[in-house]
Amino acid sequence: MRRSTLRATGLALLVALAGALLWALWGFDAYYRQESVSSRVQSQAPSSAQVARGQYLARVGNCVFCHTAPAGAMLAGGRAIQTPFGTVYTSNLTRDPAHGLGRWTQDDFWQALHLGMGPQGQRLSPAFPYTSYSRLTRADADALWAFLQSVPAVPRPKTEANMVWPFGTQTALGLWRAMYFRPFQNPHEDAAPAGVDAVAWTRGRYLVEGLGHCQECHSPRDALGGLRNASRGTGGVLPGLPWYAPSLRDAAQAGTTDSQALQSFLQTGVGAGRFAAGPMAEVVLHGTQYLNDQDAKAMAVYLQSQVPTKAGVAKTHADSNANTFQIANANQSPAHTQGADIYKKQCADCHGDTGQGRAGVYPALAGNRALLMDKANNAVLSVLYGGFAPSTQGNARPFGMPPFMLELSNAQIAQVLSYTRSAWGNQAAPISELQVQAVREPQQRR
Amino acid sequence: MAQRTLACTGCHGPQGRSGPDGYYPRLAGKPAGYLYNQLVNLQQGRRTYPLMQSLLAPLDDAYLRTLADYFAGLQIPYPPPAPQPTNKALLARGLQLVRQGDPALQIPACVQCHGSALTGTQPSVPGLLGLPRDYLNAQLGGWKNGQRQAQAPDCMADIAKRLSDADVHALSSWLSGQTVPQVSHAATHKPPLAPGAKEIRCGSAPA
Repeated sequence: MRRSTLRATGLALLVALAGALLWALWGFDAYYRQESVSSRVQSQAPSSAQVARGQYLARVGNCVFCHTAPAGAMLAGGRAIQTPFGTVYTSNLTRDPAHGLGRWTQDDFWQALHLGMGPQGQRLSPAFPYTSYSRLTRADADALWAFLQSVPAVPRPKTEANMVWPFGTQTALGLWRAMYFRPFQNPHEDAAPAGVDAVAWTRGRYLVEGLGHCQECHSPRDALGGLRNASRGTGGVLPGLPWYAPSLRDAAQAGTTDSQALQSFLQTGVGAGRFAAGPMAEVVLHGTQYLNDQDAKAMAVYLQSQVPTKAGVAKTHADSNANTFQIANANQSPAHTQGADIYKKQCADCHGDTGQGRAGVYPALAGNRALLMDKANNAVLSVLYGGFAPSTQGNARPFGMPPFMLELSNAQIAQVLSYTRSAWGNQAAPISELQVQAVREPQQRR
Repeated sequence: MAQRTLACTGCHGPQGRSGPDGYYPRLAGKPAGYLYNQLVNLQQGRRTYPLMQSLLAPLDDAYLRTLADYFAGLQIPYPPPAPQPTNKALLARGLQLVRQGDPALQIPACVQCHGSALTGTQPSVPGLLGLPRDYLNAQLGGWKNGQRQAQAPDCMADIAKRLSDADVHALSSWLSGQTVPQVSHAATHKPPLAPGAKEIRCGSAPA
């Protein structure tokens, strides 16, 4: 009796699972493709205004950077994108008929952006952030298409992805889509909060969550590389060099409280004594520096409205209590003195005896967000690799910090960072030699 | 610019006069076109050094030119050369390769492109003096095995591949032992072609 009940339950579960699987693989995608077909348009010859608009959108959305190989022809693809599951190579977006989008229709292109599917319904890799582009309007997709059609055809053949099996198979992509992706539907979304310019805010959300695909990096990903809606924008570590894309919902991390400084940061790479470093510097160089004032302001307005969340504030407070205790202990250690010595010798010339920096030249370290974040990856990477702010129209000759990876050991970097994180009123927990090592040799974390 | 370029001079020495060991070459006074080509080659992956590549990633073409022009314009005296090895045959072979090349091996003379004073030719051919032996060995080795590349046609790669390890050693030994002349900047023109020598096509320094 009990056995047969169990058996029946098991069977029912199996059937349900198989059904879910089939739905995931066929039904789900077929359903959305049907939806998309109903929104097809008649192709029209693009106007020059549409091409110009598309070029602007392609720049701001950073399409050109990813879809152009180093030293390669523009938009002919071939740049390697590292993922935790292998390497994919961006595709050729020129109108070449054999290797590019020459045989695609405008509707096919819309389907790729909106649904993440190729013309024959093949599931595209989510390394192509259709998860964000799904939000794009049909008008913007058409403008992008018009621009792509204006770019000379380049017959660069596809570079095959090199993925760990079974990632990258159509079946795996189907399951992934069922778990993590819903095409953007008619918006029944939150309205702009009270007291905010609603037009700018709505435009900002479109740019941040759609075209700018900011959340693709600024969110934690789970073990299968999926983004959960609830945690979108709350910060994430990038594959490769472990840069941490700070939470966009926590003022202590993203520093998005000053919308003027934020607008300048997006357009010039510098703002309020901070500069874009690591991958964000490239985002500014190739993308956001081209934002027009209205769009840059809209992004700033939207981002500013994202902070602080209650969770973010509570967390910061809890941390600072715990930190005070750790700092009190750390300040009396010999490591602290050694850290102070290293600082004096290597850092103080530029960053100042009291971490005050030099306005407009070298960033202050007293109160420096990147230095004080719980996740110290970016501070460690900055010391290891140094770095320039991006060169932009608004900041054509940026300053740069020298790398110290050859000069300072992991222990010394831990000491000097622990010192700077607790000096001049800074109150962040010390950093261990192991933490530095994990950032210096990311492959050894596995 | 000195303030802006501390990221460079941290390793390449104050004013780009070269680092403490052989691996951070001098930047000061090198032809601007040469420096610019190297920055572009690093950015586009023809030369690979992750540290340099990550530093250059956020910089646009205009700033790469600015940086190249800045360091090219710094005229700083060279230090005296390091002591030379005393192997006479080795140095004689080095001198022969520099002045005459080795026609049998299709190796042109260094002076054909790098100038009769070996201080380079404007705008893009570098000088060969004032460089440490380790650096010369590493670069010629890099060209032989493809680690270092330049724009096609990559003339220097073709030549380096014809050099034996012994010839690399001879060249680096002789070159690193020379005193840099008082007038250390690059010549405005290549010297006239020696009798029997063939014109060399280089993507990095189009004629």
